[in-house]
Amino acid sequence: MKYQATIGIECHVQLCTKTKLFSEVDNDARGKEPNSCVSPVDYALPGMLPRLNGEAIRLCILAGRAMNCEINEFSRFDRKHYFYPDSPKGYQITQFYQPIIASGYVELPSGTKVRINHAHLEGDAGKLTHFDTYSLVDLNRVDTPLIEIVSEPDIHSAHDAHDYCKELWRLMCHAGVTYGDLYNGNMRFDINTSIAPEGSKELGTRTEVKNLNSFRSVERAVEYEIKRQSKLLDAGEKVIQETRGWNDATGETTGQRSKEEAKDYRYMPEPDLPPIHLSPEFITKESAKLPMMPKDYRGKFGGVIKGDILEILLDYPELMQKLNEIDDKYAILVSNLFASVLLAEEKSAEYLNDLPTAAQLKDLAEMNEKKELSSTATKEVFLKMFDPDMKGKETKTIAKELGVVQENDLGALEAIVDTVLAKPETQKAQEDFRNGEEKVIGFLVGQVMKESKGKANPSAVQEILRKKLV
Amino acid sequence: MKIANKKVSAVRLVKDALKKAHEFEDYNIFTFLNDEAALKKAEEIDKKIANGEKVGKLAGVPYALKDNFLSPEGETTASAHILQGFSSPITATAVEKLEKEGAIMIGRTNLDAFAHGSSTENSYFGPTLNSHDKKRVAGGSSGGSAVAVALDIVEFATGTDTGGSIRQPASFNGVYGFKPTYGCISRYGVVAMASSTDCVGFFTKTPEDMNLLMSIANGKDAKDLTTLDDYYVDSKIKEIKKIGIVKDFNNNSVDAEIRKALESKCKLLESKGYEIVELEMPALKYALAAYYIIVPAEVASNLSRYDGVRYGYRSEDSKNLDGLYANTREEGFMPENKRRIMIGNFVLSSGFYDAYFLKAAKVRTLIVKEYEKAFQNCDFLLTPVSPNPAFKLGEKVNDPVAMYLEDLMSVSLNLAGVPGLAIPAGETKEGLPIGLQLVGPRRSDKNLIQFSKELEEEK
Repeated sequence: MKYQATIGIECHVQLCTKTKLFSEVDNDARGKEPNSCVSPVDYALPGMLPRLNGEAIRLCILAGRAMNCEINEFSRFDRKHYFYPDSPKGYQITQFYQPIIASGYVELPSGTKVRINHAHLEGDAGKLTHFDTYSLVDLNRVDTPLIEIVSEPDIHSAHDAHDYCKELWRLMCHAGVTYGDLYNGNMRFDINTSIAPEGSKELGTRTEVKNLNSFRSVERAVEYEIKRQSKLLDAGEKVIQETRGWNDATGETTGQRSKEEAKDYRYMPEPDLPPIHLSPEFITKESAKLPMMPKDYRGKFGGVIKGDILEILLDYPELMQKLNEIDDKYAILVSNLFASVLLAEEKSAEYLNDLPTAAQLKDLAEMNEKKELSSTATKEVFLKMFDPDMKGKETKTIAKELGVVQENDLGALEAIVDTVLAKPETQKAQEDFRNGEEKVIGFLVGQVMKESKGKANPSAVQEILRKKLV
Repeated sequence: MKIANKKVSAVRLVKDALKKAHEFEDYNIFTFLNDEAALKKAEEIDKKIANGEKVGKLAGVPYALKDNFLSPEGETTASAHILQGFSSPITATAVEKLEKEGAIMIGRTNLDAFAHGSSTENSYFGPTLNSHDKKRVAGGSSGGSAVAVALDIVEFATGTDTGGSIRQPASFNGVYGFKPTYGCISRYGVVAMASSTDCVGFFTKTPEDMNLLMSIANGKDAKDLTTLDDYYVDSKIKEIKKIGIVKDFNNNSVDAEIRKALESKCKLLESKGYEIVELEMPALKYALAAYYIIVPAEVASNLSRYDGVRYGYRSEDSKNLDGLYANTREEGFMPENKRRIMIGNFVLSSGFYDAYFLKAAKVRTLIVKEYEKAFQNCDFLLTPVSPNPAFKLGEKVNDPVAMYLEDLMSVSLNLAGVPGLAIPAGETKEGLPIGLQLVGPRRSDKNLIQFSKELEEEK
């Protein structure tokens, strides 16, 4: 039988606030000792009360606006109870009843729209590492602000599931609300998949695969689930509503817990945090801080930069922002440098954090345009801009230090040509050229280039030579 | 208050207090005595005074700290086995403010474990005895603090009031006990019972002392988002004309001697020209039911953190994680703690939330409105604190509902967030203290305390 798949996705995004959601301790635990970014509040000592990080609220507004969502003027927190050592308080502070981000939509590059049901703000849990006879608890991640984005079941293929997650990731990165490091779990996806016979109005029983942290695994897990569920239905069996785990090595999902064993989280309004009231003026003011989004960039650069290069660069908000600062007429050159030179570098990730200034890049493009730099020299100077020794120097200085500026001054070039033409070793070639041996011009240009130590512009040199050798 | 006035040294005051504390050991008032550190602090204050340095408003005044306030002095146990061995690195905001003014903590006082109770019999350390009759309960949960003040061991003591835990023991022991407006004093560093009703307050011997302590301890705290803007010190003192009495509380369920005490106070007020009005507050009869849904829900939630993983007591021979949780909590909590955890989790369970918690929340709104309405018809209310004077030890331990009924007249204030001051109002024929409570609208705290002088016993 033919089936139609229906997929809804929940996505957790860690917000890149300076401090945690409910305490004033460092939120950036990257490269830090386990349990070194933990406050008495996160540790849940007796009598500790949560505070609320205003920055997280502002980031929620940006994240919401990036997904075309309305922001709720009134929202509040609830407690979600469960016992596990990753949850020191014995509950997670989340927004079960009244979330901060209301409905909206995400448009995929293909044009498909996926509606967002809502997104809520909550604190992350700690991390457990299990060993044979014991487990270690790291609470650094406790109460890192998270938003959970809940989509409507508007996705119908593994491919669209992949694209949705990727577009969501891009939106969050461009909005600047997360570090977006998937490997370190900055964004995690839970996929809900069900299938039903094609044309059927009712949805099938869904399964949930939790904690996927790559677009590829999202795509594969959905593919697998569609296949697995189809096989079950074809064989006349039923799909059980359950949570399934993803095994990236085998490419399979396996049953974890069914609905009957589902936990009762005993939700309760959080009495220690007053509700959040946002004025329409505040929401408008903060929304206006949303940077350019992928769709804005597509609108601006769509006709200018090649489509595939633009889509590559859209994965790097830093590069798009930089490109946006430079005159449109240099967009092609700079985007090519970004896509084919910078991103090809082994240290590209490092370089992204420390891009040349717009002025440096503008000068570089201008020198290229004026033919002061050959295309090879342009790339060379561009890469040199990331060299710690060259940092902050003007493009012209870098080019000069590298000795790659082409000589375009006709007077100076003529003088060099004259020197070369006066040399005994070029006399025969001059005669040959005058006698119609066209190809020796290459030898003469080469001699001039050598005399200029490579700085002469070869086409200008040829022009002068031709004038002089009539 | 006998604030360091150079006639009495701080060392003298602290030594006397500690001596008395040891003398009254059989009352089981303290869970910890701060002998050494308290004396050292007193010496420092005396030195400062001798050097003519400026000292705080409470310089050298010995006080007792209810054992659910966090401070690095002694273990903070909340009289619960599960917090045994917990030395706090944190100092509660309220404690910080008192100490900054030079107050000296001489000991931590006994309470019903996690403040669950009305008699201090639910303490892991055993009950505190009543100051007037050792066969009777001290009241609770702040029993130790009330008795410490009543026996004149200290000038004042801290308490917490979630449903009457300051006012009821105050009335059982014949001292002043104040539960401020919700949010007036920071809860930061106070072991939470029920976050939406917990209030920090004090036991004193006079309204003046209460006013002084309130003016020191009140105020906005960035560490507690439920604290109100500072209003206490500068609040307007309104002229009081009408005092309301609640008809619903004036019936046979209230002890006759307590009703008589209320009557005589009303007469006293009338003789001073105040008008007494009788009010009906029908919504209050649902207060106890709503309270025993909302509070256990918050209690169950707030006690989730005591799991034996990070601090406090841990049951050692558990085979797995679930066993660790179950054994630690089974051994670490008192029966009353477990009862409230069970009730709380039940009312929050999926499918029951709307029927219990949500309905109770709606009743709570009605109670808030009932008080608002009452204060349109009078300035303050005068009511009994509890239906009976101090009962006998063990009398109600096996009847939780009878114990909960003790809170009948106190819990509605906590649900409404309004302030209540327990004042001494004579004694029964048997010599047991009787207490009444003055209740005011939100933020009328200062006015309420000041007005209570009108009701003071004839000297």
